[in-house]
Amino acid sequence: MKVTKEDIQNVAGLSRLAIPDTETDVYIAQLGGFLEYVENLKEIDTEGVAPTTYALPMQNVFREDVVKPSLDREAALSNAPMKEDGYFKVPRVLEE
Amino acid sequence: MKYEAVIGLEIHCELKTNTKIFCGCETGFGGDQNTHVCPVCLGLPGVLPTINKRVVEFGIKAGLATNCTINKFSKFDRKNYYYPDLPKNWQTSQYDLPIAEHGWVDIDVEGEKKRVRLTRIHMEEDAGKLVHSGNTIKDSASSNVDYNRTGVPLLEIVSEPDMHTAEEARTYMEKIKAIMEYIDVSNCRMEEGNLRADVNVSIRPVGSKELGTRTEMKNINSFKSLVDAIDYEIDRQTEVLEDGGHIVQETRTWDPNRGITLSMRSKEDAHDYRYMPEPDLPPIVTTDEQIEAYRKELPELPDARRERLEKEYGLSDYDAGVITSSRPMAEYFDEVVAGGADAKLAANWIMGELAKHLNAENKTIVDSPVEPARLAAMIQMITKGTISSKIAKTVFEEMWTSKDAPEEIVKAKGLVQITDTKAIEEIVDKVIADNPKPVEDYKSGNKKAIGALVGQVMKQSKGKANPQMVNQLLAQKLG
Repeated sequence: MKVTKEDIQNVAGLSRLAIPDTETDVYIAQLGGFLEYVENLKEIDTEGVAPTTYALPMQNVFREDVVKPSLDREAALSNAPMKEDGYFKVPRVLEE
Repeated sequence: MKYEAVIGLEIHCELKTNTKIFCGCETGFGGDQNTHVCPVCLGLPGVLPTINKRVVEFGIKAGLATNCTINKFSKFDRKNYYYPDLPKNWQTSQYDLPIAEHGWVDIDVEGEKKRVRLTRIHMEEDAGKLVHSGNTIKDSASSNVDYNRTGVPLLEIVSEPDMHTAEEARTYMEKIKAIMEYIDVSNCRMEEGNLRADVNVSIRPVGSKELGTRTEMKNINSFKSLVDAIDYEIDRQTEVLEDGGHIVQETRTWDPNRGITLSMRSKEDAHDYRYMPEPDLPPIVTTDEQIEAYRKELPELPDARRERLEKEYGLSDYDAGVITSSRPMAEYFDEVVAGGADAKLAANWIMGELAKHLNAENKTIVDSPVEPARLAAMIQMITKGTISSKIAKTVFEEMWTSKDAPEEIVKAKGLVQITDTKAIEEIVDKVIADNPKPVEDYKSGNKKAIGALVGQVMKQSKGKANPQMVNQLLAQKLG
């Protein structure tokens, strides 16, 4: 699969990353190499094999609906780069 | 050109579980900001979510109550997008194997039955709440985030675009609300955001089968906003098309204060959620036996209850529909009838005086100061002829503000209906003597004139004379 400059800008946009034009070639090579490797899977015959939705032979792992203690607010906020009045503070969220 | 609207709803229904969908944090509304949070719902690295069993139970029950097929193999998926109300940068939701699919509910609009198909019901986590520093989201330099609501379990109930008017959409949402209340999976308090809808609206020329370009209005949280927003959007789109323009597919926000919708984001192509199976949650496998066991636990649903009230008590279709439109009202009605009241009178009083008083004070039937037992006792007094319907209104008024039994009120206020023939006769004689004109009219063939005389007798007896006896005596005396 050929990775284009547009693909890189699209994926970067989805991840809210700014990638300067001078660096796109690096990522075209890296992402391209990665996808090429995954392409190997196409050589396997998967006719009649159900898609895997979960890798382990497990199902129905549930918990009862019982309240457990929450974190102290101080602890919850301790790693936040910005906080205010018990809130996490974030930069403006709406793009133009 | 005549246009018709095509409307579909995605209703988000917050479930009434004790804990969040993937962790043991409590779900209560109104806690101090960021006090119902833990490493799992904050999305800290290395944590593992575990599915709350009750959420699955509620999802299956909601599916069964809306005639869906339950997927015996269901799984969670990650819906990726970046927004600060979502600490993990994805919402754990369901993509291609939701818990329930292909259902329907019937609604009544202006006396006509209509079926609205459900595409799917899926389980997901709610997001946090953003508090903006500016007046609107657009002029805020920063926002504050409260993650208490993050991870609160939701059912998303997606309809097919089967509705064509705001009224149909409102009736459909009311029906979903009633069903969720009946099966007791949600508090459905719209003012607390328990029930909110994303509404998709498009228009097309009448007769066309093709769908027009749609716009979506998110987080509509009252029936009034739902109706107003849809009506506004239909008008707006019609105007755009009539002016030769075209509709832009976009998300719009409803501003209830100004009564208009506003464009929010138009970069729809940026919405690429890159769903992937949630690797941290094993799939949910349900057997037929389990599904049947849940089905047995379902209570009588609104449609069945409505039919029962019509058959058992002879209520009209309309009355039965109103009474069963909410579970608390249907239960109140049942209690009044169990208390010995005539069913039709019970329905009339609940939909009339009681509803009027509740609305005036912005109360719900659960908080009614007049309990079912007292209303039942009062209705029995009407049936027995102890009080007239007119006097009953005075008694009801008293019960509303006091805790007294209707019998006590009637006694204390001297409201007992006069059924003593002699007493009534005295008043009748006096009225006949004092009102020669209507008496003359009646005698010369205008039988309607008796109404004025009955009115006079009732007035002079302060409403306490038995109306049937008054009619009878007057007719007798006037020959």
